[in-house]
Amino acid sequence: MTTLPQQTEKKLGLVIDLDTCVGCHACVISCKGWNTENYGAPLSDQNAYGADNNGTFLNRVHSYEVQPEAGAAQLIHFPKSCLHCEDAPCVTVCPTGASYKRVEDGIVLVNETDCIGCGLCAWACPYGARELDQAEGVMKKCTLCVDRIYNENLPEEDRQPACVRTCPAGARHFGDLGDPDSDVSQLVAERGGMDLMPEQGTKPVNKYLPPRPKDTLPDAGVEFDVLAPFLEPVADEPKGFLSWLDKTLEKL
Amino acid sequence: MHPAPSVIFFTTFSGLGFGLLAWLGIGTPEVTGWTAFAFFAIAYLMAVGGLLASTFHLGRPERAIKAFTQWRSSWLSREAWCAVGALTLMGLYGAGLVFFETRFGLLGILGALLSLATVFTTSMIYTQLKTIPRWNMAITPFKFLSLSIAGGALLAGQVQAAIILLLIAGGIQAATWVMGDKALTGSGTTLGTATGLGQNGSVRAFEPPHTGTNYLLKEFVHVIGRKHAAKLRMISIILMVVLPIVLLLLPFSHFLAVLALASHVAGVLTARWLFFAQAEHVVGLYYGKR
Repeated sequence: MTTLPQQTEKKLGLVIDLDTCVGCHACVISCKGWNTENYGAPLSDQNAYGADNNGTFLNRVHSYEVQPEAGAAQLIHFPKSCLHCEDAPCVTVCPTGASYKRVEDGIVLVNETDCIGCGLCAWACPYGARELDQAEGVMKKCTLCVDRIYNENLPEEDRQPACVRTCPAGARHFGDLGDPDSDVSQLVAERGGMDLMPEQGTKPVNKYLPPRPKDTLPDAGVEFDVLAPFLEPVADEPKGFLSWLDKTLEKL
Repeated sequence: MHPAPSVIFFTTFSGLGFGLLAWLGIGTPEVTGWTAFAFFAIAYLMAVGGLLASTFHLGRPERAIKAFTQWRSSWLSREAWCAVGALTLMGLYGAGLVFFETRFGLLGILGALLSLATVFTTSMIYTQLKTIPRWNMAITPFKFLSLSIAGGALLAGQVQAAIILLLIAGGIQAATWVMGDKALTGSGTTLGTATGLGQNGSVRAFEPPHTGTNYLLKEFVHVIGRKHAAKLRMISIILMVVLPIVLLLLPFSHFLAVLALASHVAGVLTARWLFFAQAEHVVGLYYGKR
């Protein structure tokens, strides 16, 4: 049913730390791997080794340059996948009921056997989170690894989305954002987690933690070096033999 | 947005076909027998042809029947219902006129309403999308409806009405262009809000996530046609409104009427192509494009 639930029991989602992400794209690869080998139609590639290569991905990492009014520019790596919005516009536009938001955990999913591949949900998503698979003709999107997080055949530490499990920098966190006491909610509160495009009114569940400002020198204008005190010359004036040598060589 | 021929063809011709059905439904022109058959055949060719064309852009057209299930929330589903309802009622109404020389007035009026409802639901599929500010305007449904009614009048041979309605449709079309040009800026969505990084400084897309292209760029970031947008707008308004009106004002002949119609269709196709080609989807911002 493509009407949205009034409320979901949980709000499972991701918290992505833009301060920590190093832009290695490991999450992109692990996502593509897991979601090609497991639930649903594989994420296909077209002309993968040709000049005009192209493929379906559920997670992509952009890089942005942010130039503050004063100071050095920052380079921010920006992973982007489905935000599992509370007011998901992709769900309500679906004519077939293939797109739905789960009442139990708030995950937005596509039932691939009902999808006619009209693409309207991708048109309705402001984040570019949905891609129509060119081989299968159905819409693909992040499932929050629904086939991992509840999967009792996996060791407990693996019961989280592939992107979170693989992130070498610890920039991705998974949990219930509907529970104010959860680790992810605490993190969002502490670091001022933000919504993407709040003006679109989608109420995303996933939050982004803003990058911390770059370190600044404690005394602007004066050269500052933490090691300088330890590197100062121990003897200002040579003594003894060296002093004699110094003076003699000066005279020559 | 990618100007897919199937969708341009669909919105143009189903708009015209349902416009003609609306006129036939209210009994203008009053036709029966073979003349009625000819009118209904043209209307059905356009309406059904357009609807069939729209299925060509589906990834899984064999499941299209499932699109009838979500009328509670989805404009696309509502469109499917209205279209089938209109075609069924107008089919019965048309059969009365063609085979029994009888006009079932109420059936015709209901069919006409459903025909216009179909055009309205089509327009709402585009209007509802907040992601495309150029379409997300209250005037968008009026544009589709006014063009459909004006084009229908042209097809129905209602010369006086067609002239006035074409002027109205042309005015609304021009207004959508003027308003649409400010829509993206007015929406407040920028790369700054898209990334949330706007509060830290000015944001520039430094490196895209992939070296090649992808579905998102192909579908949502179409920039080729925008270069000639101003010229194409002039061409479309001349073909869609000005030339047909001039031809209709000349002493009536069937040849000129057909020419007026052909010009109008060419103009609507051009305008519809621009409707897609010029529409900026906010996802383009993530790629530093629009």
